[in-house]
Amino acid sequence: MVAIYHYDDADRTLVRERVAQFRDQVDRRLSGALTEEEFRPLRLMNGLYLQLHAYMLRVAIPYGTVSADQMRVLAAIARRYDRDYGHFTTRQNIQFNWIKLEETPDLLHDLAQVDMHAIQTSGNVIRNVTADHYAGAAADELDDSRIYAEIIRQWSTLHPEFSFLPRKFKIAVTASATDRAALKVHDIGVRLHERDGAPGFEVMVGGGQGRTPMIAKTIRDFLPEHDLLSYLEAILRVYNRQGRRDNKYKARIKILVHDLGAAAFAAKVEAEWAEIKDGPLGLPEAEVARIRHHFQPPAFRDLDAPNSLHVAKARIDPAFARWLRINTHAHKQPGYAIVDVSLKPVGGIPGDATADQMDALADIAAQYSFDEIRVTHTQNLVLPHVEEGALHAVWQALGRHGLATPNVGLASDIISCPGMDYCSLATARSIPIAQAISTRLADLDAQEDLGVLGIKISGCINACGHHHVGHIGILGLEKNGQEYYQLTLGGDPGADASLGEVIGKSFSAGGIVDAVEKITVAYRALRTPGEAFIDAYRRLGPAPFKETLYAAA
Amino acid sequence: MTTQVVSANRLDNGRVVYLAPSGQWIGALSEAEVAHDATAAESLLHRAATAIIDRLIVGPYLISVTAATGRPQAERLREQIRATGPTVAPAHHDRAA
Repeated sequence: MVAIYHYDDADRTLVRERVAQFRDQVDRRLSGALTEEEFRPLRLMNGLYLQLHAYMLRVAIPYGTVSADQMRVLAAIARRYDRDYGHFTTRQNIQFNWIKLEETPDLLHDLAQVDMHAIQTSGNVIRNVTADHYAGAAADELDDSRIYAEIIRQWSTLHPEFSFLPRKFKIAVTASATDRAALKVHDIGVRLHERDGAPGFEVMVGGGQGRTPMIAKTIRDFLPEHDLLSYLEAILRVYNRQGRRDNKYKARIKILVHDLGAAAFAAKVEAEWAEIKDGPLGLPEAEVARIRHHFQPPAFRDLDAPNSLHVAKARIDPAFARWLRINTHAHKQPGYAIVDVSLKPVGGIPGDATADQMDALADIAAQYSFDEIRVTHTQNLVLPHVEEGALHAVWQALGRHGLATPNVGLASDIISCPGMDYCSLATARSIPIAQAISTRLADLDAQEDLGVLGIKISGCINACGHHHVGHIGILGLEKNGQEYYQLTLGGDPGADASLGEVIGKSFSAGGIVDAVEKITVAYRALRTPGEAFIDAYRRLGPAPFKETLYAAA
Repeated sequence: MTTQVVSANRLDNGRVVYLAPSGQWIGALSEAEVAHDATAAESLLHRAATAIIDRLIVGPYLISVTAATGRPQAERLREQIRATGPTVAPAHHDRAA
């Protein structure tokens, strides 16, 4: 059985009743019984936006885990209700861009057949809980972070007290020293670690991007497992009461934490928590065990002797060898590997996948990865549990569907929001810039030489493309009717998170591609042996890069 | 003032539409009715308000256009993209790795 949270009757009833409720709401809107002002909050509660060209539906993929069967339904939805493709997002969700309001209830009905929905993918609520995309597979993890992400998901779903927060609220969870979930740019980041052999959580609050980017502050070093929900409830209560509702640009919890100061905010949380910590939100061990049971490791084969087939194949096939180096990662189970599936072909649209590709992924996952697929916040996919002996076959199968680009973590693995090609909030296009940069930097040898390099592009100040934490960040703006692109350097989303610094005056659409290339050339010249881009930037500061970009101007 | 047309999204399917001289809401900006002064622009918005009541459209607003060729073209890039669709081709089925 695939390691995913399996709905019980109560879960299914809730989702199906929600579909019926929304069907009635849509009927009433189309009949005129509801005005747009009345209907808009209802559709947003079901993930349905009105974007630049059409309605857009955002479907929740809790902590990025999706089964092969669910992926097949997403493919079928892309074919039936959209234009044969979908867009995987930085919140581990999928968006469909060309949805008709009148068909949305049927679409949600189809989703519900595989225990999926779009609840809380919009609105001022606790959004889809995200987690380490290697959870349950990574060699370096302490535990499967999805267990706690699922507990938080259940607590936060339709939570009556937190259905009208001052602003949207995002929680991410990891259980590893390596932060693969960008914890420090979330409203709350929860990191499982151990103290004296007992598990507990570091709780970080007040991170975020948008127009006022901030790094989260740790307000608890070690929270016992039992207290997870009561402590989160205390944080949300303080925010719900004291977060600003008079100005949407100052309404996120990061502003509250910043204005009060982390220590004062923590004191308020502790005071609130003291009132509720011994109440019904305590996590019983039996309940944790019940959730844990859903995430039992799959039936791995006992592979005592390492399978060297892939090593032998790599010796005679450099393309396969490169993919092995770049797109596979160490698994906790001997004889298995984690496979990164790039959705960043050279010149492609970051995060887009066709219906055929989704079906192909489902088939490959069913054959080689215990039916499991993950969505990453970097807009790629993951096959979490692949036998090493099957890696060559998986590489070939992925390659047949354009899914084996060996660039995960490299310069052409660009995060990009939809930008002004799709989004009604955008001030500039971002996808064409991503396409142009990935084409300019396409040479794979050169990319490997550059090493880990996160280029992230947002088409407006809301920063859905995570540009603030890009090693190279790009923000698209409009000035006098023209698109301009502001460059930031030195951001990083990891455990040692930092926000990028604006490097100087902005560039035209053509100029930004040249600028990025110049930055890579300067980095090559300035780095010490083995020094990653972010480390070189932190050592050198912006001056040499500014000089490269602007000296001759 | 600049010349303007009124645009909106269809209620039922969300598609971008413009008010035509015929009173129909159409997908082609080039066929939209152009207002050359404030009174005409106000009239466009008034007719759009009726279309809201008739459940045809949502979110109408005026956009600036040039009509040098006799057919309106959007001034701002955002409206050009709304009129013609994304400037990037969606994912292809035959991507190479």
